[in-house]
Order: sequence, then structure tokens, then C-alpha cells
Amino acid sequence: MNIRHAKTILFGALALSFLVSLGANYFNSYWLFISYDIGINVILAVSLNLINGYTGQFSLGHAGFMAVGAYTAAIITNQFGELNTFLSGVVFLGALLAGGLLAAVGGLLVGIPTLRLRGDYLAIVTLGFGEIIRVILQNMNAVGGARGLSVMHGWTNFFWAFGFAAVTVYVVTALVHSTYGRGFIAVRDDEVAASAMGINPTKYKVTAFVIGAFFAGIAGGLYAHSKQFLTPGGFGFMQSITFVVMVILGGMGNTIGVIIAAVLLTLLPEFLRPIAEYRMIIYSLLLIILMLTRPQGLFSLKKSSVPK
Amino acid sequence: MSEFFQQLINGLALGSILALIALGYTMVYGILRFINFAHGDVFMLGAFAGFYLAPKVATVLPLPSIGGGLAVMTISMAICAVIGIVIEKLAYRPLRKRPKLTVLITAIGVSLLIEYTCQNSHVFGAAPKSFPLLIPDYPLKLGTLSLNSNQIIVLAVTLALLLALRFIVLKTKIGMAMRALAFNPEAAALMGINTDVVISFTFGLGSALAAAAGILFAVNYPSIDPLMGILPGLKAFVAAVLGGIGNLPGAALGGIIIGVTETFVAGYISSTYRDAIAFGILILILLVRPSGLLGKKEIEKV
Repeated sequence: MNIRHAKTILFGALALSFLVSLGANYFNSYWLFISYDIGINVILAVSLNLINGYTGQFSLGHAGFMAVGAYTAAIITNQFGELNTFLSGVVFLGALLAGGLLAAVGGLLVGIPTLRLRGDYLAIVTLGFGEIIRVILQNMNAVGGARGLSVMHGWTNFFWAFGFAAVTVYVVTALVHSTYGRGFIAVRDDEVAASAMGINPTKYKVTAFVIGAFFAGIAGGLYAHSKQFLTPGGFGFMQSITFVVMVILGGMGNTIGVIIAAVLLTLLPEFLRPIAEYRMIIYSLLLIILMLTRPQGLFSLKKSSVPK
Repeated sequence: MSEFFQQLINGLALGSILALIALGYTMVYGILRFINFAHGDVFMLGAFAGFYLAPKVATVLPLPSIGGGLAVMTISMAICAVIGIVIEKLAYRPLRKRPKLTVLITAIGVSLLIEYTCQNSHVFGAAPKSFPLLIPDYPLKLGTLSLNSNQIIVLAVTLALLLALRFIVLKTKIGMAMRALAFNPEAAALMGINTDVVISFTFGLGSALAAAAGILFAVNYPSIDPLMGILPGLKAFVAAVLGGIGNLPGAALGGIIIGVTETFVAGYISSTYRDAIAFGILILILLVRPSGLLGKKEIEKV
């Protein structure tokens, strides 16, 4: 994605999503809800791409950060009764940001001790972190434990979902194209060489982790106010894997590819309902075959953007 | 006090099962430097192999009996050894020269493929199955301690397998080749060691141990399902890291420590947090001593 057009695209997308949300009543509500899922999954996949793709780390705990954001935002908005459009917007934005920030704190807490580690250890630690979050949520009676938590307000709409998706895409693109952000790619390509050039790999990894977790938290908040019901089981390992598949299918470090993959993988299960039992088998076969034949992803024209 | 010993025995039984799985992780990591994510699923396949073999074996040997139980375990170990070798040949061997991340993702893919294929209603189905009785189950009274004969069998079988593994690795030719490969793959190849054969053997050995663990697990907790391998697999990996990955005695020690800790936490603090314990230990060990209890610190050369 070209950074010079990114700002135009950002504002265009924001305006367009606002207009569409005004006319939301004219759309089929089934497809409307799927479109929210698309926006949310784009946020998750693009933010995970910053960690897994651009920085070359391997996080398997994105659903854990999403859970932190979802529960935080839901607890905050559940304190409010019916509000008018403007107030609800303010409260919702505040709740989403709070969820994002708490998820970012989670990212910092996991990141600092573990990001000194090499790829495969990191994968297990992030996986473990996601599991710990799930176990804690299951044991917290204040948020319903394993029974789940109802979210009172269905405030997520086209504007919020796609607005935040546009912001995420813009932030990630602008970041990796900035002078500072080149460091992410340097860390991915060769950590030792990067640190010889005066780049602090740990700092860059933690930064990528915190930003990725922040947007995952926001996506969690949007998810909570779209589905209006949360269970700890919904944020398990399999959920994280789905986002990883999106990133790998799109091509690690290829934002446009990842967006396409996120859209496709959200729509695909809707069309595959009759053979839903085979969905995960297809996903896993796809992963293996892609890694064997096209590790750079389906939608990447470059030879390989996979970290060495 | 008797409750303490009771928990200790429970912990040791669980720990020795984790130790058997952890050995497979650590052997593969020692040679290929990658986490075989599908290892936990081989453990599951071992239990299912036992489930389907038991009625067949029962036609030849009496079941439940020691001989019949051992026969089921041996055959399922052989089956899983073949499965492990096939997985390595099809999925990992073509990627041996590729970046580590590629292999890691493939391993996750293989793990998911096994889990979801087995969950399919045409294969095993997702519903838990009750594992048949392989070995006669006697309650044992030892003073105030009430034990279960199965726990003793788990400990005895684990000990026997560990000794057998020790013999293979330290005293046989192929064991020496494994150690050489772990030390330096290129130099080992130059010395005329057929690395492909040794790697296949390592996968087979690790998978056989995982299958034994699967059978022992199913004998103790007689309900099996296609996802039963995920958590023990992850915990065993933590055990391997705790002991120092690539280090065989370390993996066994780590497994015992994780198993005992988890059982004590479940018994004395809260059983709902038991699954989070292993990961807590993992984060702690990586903070304090990333090379593990018995591992040597590796220096990264440029």
C-alpha cells in the first residue's frame, strides 16, 4: 500500500462507512452483521500482521487480547442505561479505547519478559497467555464465569466497525513506512544486523506487540457490542488460529493481502454452512499446503516476504 | 499427612505421563530445533489406537490382564511410531532447509488437521469415548493411604520406558548417531551418518513414547476424545522447556515437577486454575532461567 494515498483512503473510508451506516436500514440485517464481522476481522488480522508479518514474531494469543478488550468494553457500557445517539457514541468510543488500552497493557506485560525469546518459545508463551486469560475469565463470577456475559447495548454499526478498520490499516501502514517503523522490518529480516545498526530489537518487538494488542482490544469491544454475548470459550486457541490463518493466507507483511484474506475467510464459512464440519479440516490443509508450496501467501506478488 | 502422600502419588502418576510426552518434544527439538506441535495429537492417537485394538486383542489374550494390556500398548506404540515417521516425511522433511517459522506453522497445521479429521463424525467423532479396562484395577491399602494399582503401573511402565530409552540413546549405534546429530548435524552427515534415517528414527521413538503415554493416560482417566492431546501436549512442552529443551533427563524431571505442582495446586488451592499452572511456570522459567533447569546456555553466533 502506498503511504501517500493512505491518508486519502483513510478519510474516504471513514466518510463512506459513515454514509453507509446512515443508510443501514436499507440493508439486509443478516449481511449487515456479517459486514461487522468483516470489519472486526480486518482489524484483528491487520494488527496481528504488524506482529507476525512485519516484525517477524509469532503470536498465538491474539484472541486473548481481544477477550480483554471485549470484556472491558462490555463491563463499561453495561453501567449505562439507554442513551441518545451522541452520548452513546461518546460512551462507546471511551469503552472501546479503554478496552484497547487494557489489552495493550496486557501486551506489555506479556511482551517485556518474553520478547527476548526466539520465535517458537514466543508462540507457546503467547498461546499460554491466551489460555491463562480464558481460565481467569472462566473463574471470574463478576463477569459471569463460564456462563458468559450479556452485553446490553448493540452499538456496533457499520461506521464503528469499518471506521476502526480504516484507522487500523492507516496506523499500521503509516507506522511501517515511517523512518521509525523501518526498524520493525529490520528486526524481522536480521535481528543481529539490526542491533548492530543501533536498533533495539526488544523495544521494537514490544512496541509491535503493544500496538497489535491495542487494536485487538478495540476489535474485541466491537465484537462484544455486535454479538451482545460473550463467553470465555469464544476466545480460545482456535480463534487465535483463525487470525493467524488470515495473516498467512494473505502473506505475512502484506497488508492488502491480509485484508483480502480476512474478508474471504469471514465470508467463506457463510457459504460453506452445509459442509461446516469440514471447515477446520480445510483450513488446516490450506495451512500445510501453503507452507509447502507458497510460503509468501496467496496474494503476494513478491517472491517471498517470509522472515528468514 | 496421608492426603499429602495421596496427592504426591497422583502428581507422580500424572507427571510421569507428561514426562513421556516431553521426551518426544525434547528429542525432536534437540535434533531439528523445532517444536513438533503435532506431538500432543500423536499422544491422542495412541489412546485411540488402544481403544480400537482392545477388542481385537481380547480375542487372543485375556483382557483385562497384564499381558493383554502390554500387548495393546506395544501395538499402539508401533502404530504411532509409523504415524510419527509418516508425518515427518510428508510435512516436515520438505521444509528442512526453510525458515523456522514456516516449519512451525506447518506443525500447527498438521496438529489441527489431525484434531479436526479425528473429530469428524466419519472418523472418531467428537464425543468422548470410555476407554476399556486393559489392566485389572485393584484398590491398594498402605496404612492410611489408599492407592490404585493403575497408578503403580503407570510409574513402573514409565520407569521401564525411561531405562529403555536411556539404553537406546547411550549404548546403541543409532543412539550415538542421534547424539551426534544433536551436537552438530553437518559434521554428523560428513562422518557418514544417514541423517534422514536418524531423524525418522527419532520421530518414531518419540511418537512411540507418546503413544505409551496415551495408553497410560487413558488407563488412569478412562475417557478419551480427539482433543484430549492438546493440553497434555502443551504441558509436556512446558515440561521440556522447564528441564532444558534438548536435554533428556531434564524433560523427565520437568514432567514430574509440572505434574506434582499441578496436582498440589488442584488439591490444595483451586482445581479450576490447574490448567493455568503450567503456563505460569513457563513464563516464570523463561524469565529466570530460559535455558531450563538442566540445560546449558547457548550462545548465539553470528
